[in-house]
Amino acid sequence: MPLIQLENVQKIYNTGNEHVHALHDLSLGIDQGEFVAIMGPSGSGKSTLLSVLGGLSQPTNGRVIVDGIDVYALDVEKRADFRREYLGFVFQSFQLIPYLTIIENVMLPLVVTPFARVERGRMAIEILEKVGLRSKALRLPDELSGGEQQRVAIARALVNQPPIVLADEPTGNLDSATSEAIMQLLHKLNAEGHTVVIVTHNPENIHDVDRCIHLRDGKLFVEKGLAVHSGEMASAELEKERL
Amino acid sequence: MIFLVLGLTIAVTTVVTLVTVTRAMNADIANKLDEFGANILIVPKSDELSLNYGGLAVSGVSLDVQKLSEADAAKIKTIKNSDNIKIVAPKLLNIAPIVQRNVMVVGVDFPRELQLKKWWKLNGERPSNNRQAIIGSEIKDQLRLEIGQLFQIKGEDFTVAGVLEPTGSQDDGVVFIDLKTAQRLFGKPNELNLIEVAALCYDCPIEEIVRQTSEKLPGAKVMAIRQTIESKMEAMHRFEHFSYGISAVIVLVAALIVMTNMTASVNERTREIGIFRAIGFRQVHIMKIILTEAFLTSLLAGVMGYGAGLIVSRLVTPMLTMNGNGDISFNYILLGFSVALAVLVGLLSSIYPAYKASRLDPTVALKAL
Ligand SMILES: Nc1ncnc2c1ncn2[C@@H]1O[C@H](COP(=O)(O)OP(=O)(O)O)[C@@H](O)[C@H]1O
Ligand SMILES: [Mg+2]
Repeated sequence: MPLIQLENVQKIYNTGNEHVHALHDLSLGIDQGEFVAIMGPSGSGKSTLLSVLGGLSQPTNGRVIVDGIDVYALDVEKRADFRREYLGFVFQSFQLIPYLTIIENVMLPLVVTPFARVERGRMAIEILEKVGLRSKALRLPDELSGGEQQRVAIARALVNQPPIVLADEPTGNLDSATSEAIMQLLHKLNAEGHTVVIVTHNPENIHDVDRCIHLRDGKLFVEKGLAVHSGEMASAELEKERL
Repeated sequence: MIFLVLGLTIAVTTVVTLVTVTRAMNADIANKLDEFGANILIVPKSDELSLNYGGLAVSGVSLDVQKLSEADAAKIKTIKNSDNIKIVAPKLLNIAPIVQRNVMVVGVDFPRELQLKKWWKLNGERPSNNRQAIIGSEIKDQLRLEIGQLFQIKGEDFTVAGVLEPTGSQDDGVVFIDLKTAQRLFGKPNELNLIEVAALCYDCPIEEIVRQTSEKLPGAKVMAIRQTIESKMEAMHRFEHFSYGISAVIVLVAALIVMTNMTASVNERTREIGIFRAIGFRQVHIMKIILTEAFLTSLLAGVMGYGAGLIVSRLVTPMLTMNGNGDISFNYILLGFSVALAVLVGLLSSIYPAYKASRLDPTVALKAL
C-alpha cells in the first residue's frame, strides 16, 4: 500500500455562483521514499492537489489516505496534529515570519510540541547545520538571500522529522544556480528517507525525480516513469501519448 | 496595536480619574461633616409640648412619658449602619431660675458637644470640671455674667468657664453644664430628653439610619433634619451616577476600539496565521496566541492607565473639593481594579477576532500555496 493515496478526489471551488472544478476525480498513489514532481500549466490544479494531499483543503469528494489515516475523517484539530507529525510544507515565497530570527522560524513547528525549549533549540540548530545556515541562526529573514531563505523554510519543514515534504514551486522565486542547490538539498532529504512531492514549472527540476505527474484542467494527464529527463522530452512523450 | 493600547489606556485613565475624584469628594464631604452638626434628633415620645429648643418641642416634664436614658444613647452605636454614626451628643434640658430669671439649663457631655458644634467660638476656656459652665452670648448680656464669675443653679455654685460668641441659634440663650451634674441637680439620674446625632451615609438615605435607630429605640421619636450636607451629598450622588454612566460608555467605546484593532491585526496577519496552521498549529493554538497578545497589551494598558489616572486625579481633585485637597495616594486595590478592567475588556473584545482568526481557511490564508 502506498504511503499517500488519493481516491477519486474531486475539488470544486464555489465562489459566488461560479463553480471551478479544480480537481476532477483524481486517483493517485505515492510510495514511501518516492520523489514526485507535479507539473502542469498555471491554473491546472497543482497547488490545489498539493493542499488536498497535505490535509489543508477538504476535497469535495473522495478520500486522502496517508499512512493508513483517512486524513479528512479527522476533526480539524486532529488534522492539524496530523500535519505537524507527517508533513513539512515549503512554499514558493518562503513564508518566513519576518520578525522572528532564523532559528525561531525553524523552531516554530516545535512550539506546539511537548519538547523542552532547550531540546527545541538543539533540534533547530541540528537542522540548520544540515541546510548549511547554522552561522546565520540569529539573523532575521530579511538579511538573507532568497536561496538562503528557502533553505530556512526547508529547515522549518524538516525540524519535526516529518516523513513527507511537500513543496509548492520551491524554486519559483530563485535564479537557476540557487534553484539547483535547493533541488540538490531536496534530493539529499529524499535520500535520507523523506518522501518528497514538489510542484514545479521548471523542466530543469525534474532531472532525477522518480516520477513526474502532469496535470491539465484538474485531470491527470499522464504519469511518466523514470525515463523522463527533460522538459522537452516530457512534452514530446506527452504528445505521443495523446495521439 | 498602538491604537489598541492607547484606547484602553485612555479608557482606564478616565475611569480611574472618575473613581478617584469621586472618592476624594466623598471623603472631603465626610471630613466636613462635623462642621454641619447634627442631622438626627431623638426625643422621648410624648403628646405634651413643654420645652422648646431651637423650634423643636422637647418634652420631659410629664411623668408618664417614656423616658430616654443614657443606655438608649449607647444603643445608637449598635445599629446596622453604625459606621455612619459620627457623633452622638446626649442632653438633658431643663428650665431653672438663675439670677431671678428662668433660663434654659442644658446638661451636655462637653467633649462630644464641642466636637459636634465645631462652629462654636468660645471665649474663655473649655470646662475642665463639673462645676464649670459655658453660657450663650444672650445669657451673658441678660444675666450680666463674665468669664470666671460665680452663679447659682438650685443653690449650687457654678463658674463661667467660657462664653460663646453669638451663633444665631438657640445656643445663645442657654447655660451648658455637665450632664451628670444636671441629672443630679434636677433629680433625673441617667435621664436624657434630647440626643443629637451626626450621621453620614453615602450609600443609604438618612431615612434608613432613622429607621434603624427607631427600631433600637421604640420609646423614642427619631427625626431627620435636612441640612446643607445632605444637598451636597445628593449632588455628590448625582455626580457619582454620572461618573458611572460616563465610565460605562467609555469602557464600551474601548471595547469597540479593541475589537476593531484586533480584527485589523488579524486581517493583517492572515498569511502568518496560514503558516501557523500549515505547520500544525491547532485552532486553539491560534486563539491562544491572539488572546495572549491581547492579555499582555491590556495588562500594559491597565498599568499605564492607572498611572495616568493618578496624575490626572491629582491635577483635577483640588479644583473639585471644598478644601482643595489633592492629596491622592497610590492605591493597590485601584491598580488591581484598573488592570483587571483593562484585561477583562481587552480579552472579551478579542475573543471574536481570535475566534475568526482560528477559523481562517489555511489555503486562502496562504495565497501562495
Ligand atoms: N481558493 C480558491 N477559490 C476559488 N478558486 C480557486 C481557489 N484556489 C484555486 N482556485 C482555482 O482553481 C483552479 C486551480 O488553481 P491552482 O490549484 O492554484 O492551480 P495551479 O497551482 O496549478 O496554478 C484555478 O482555476 C484557480 O483559479
Ligand atoms: Mg500554484
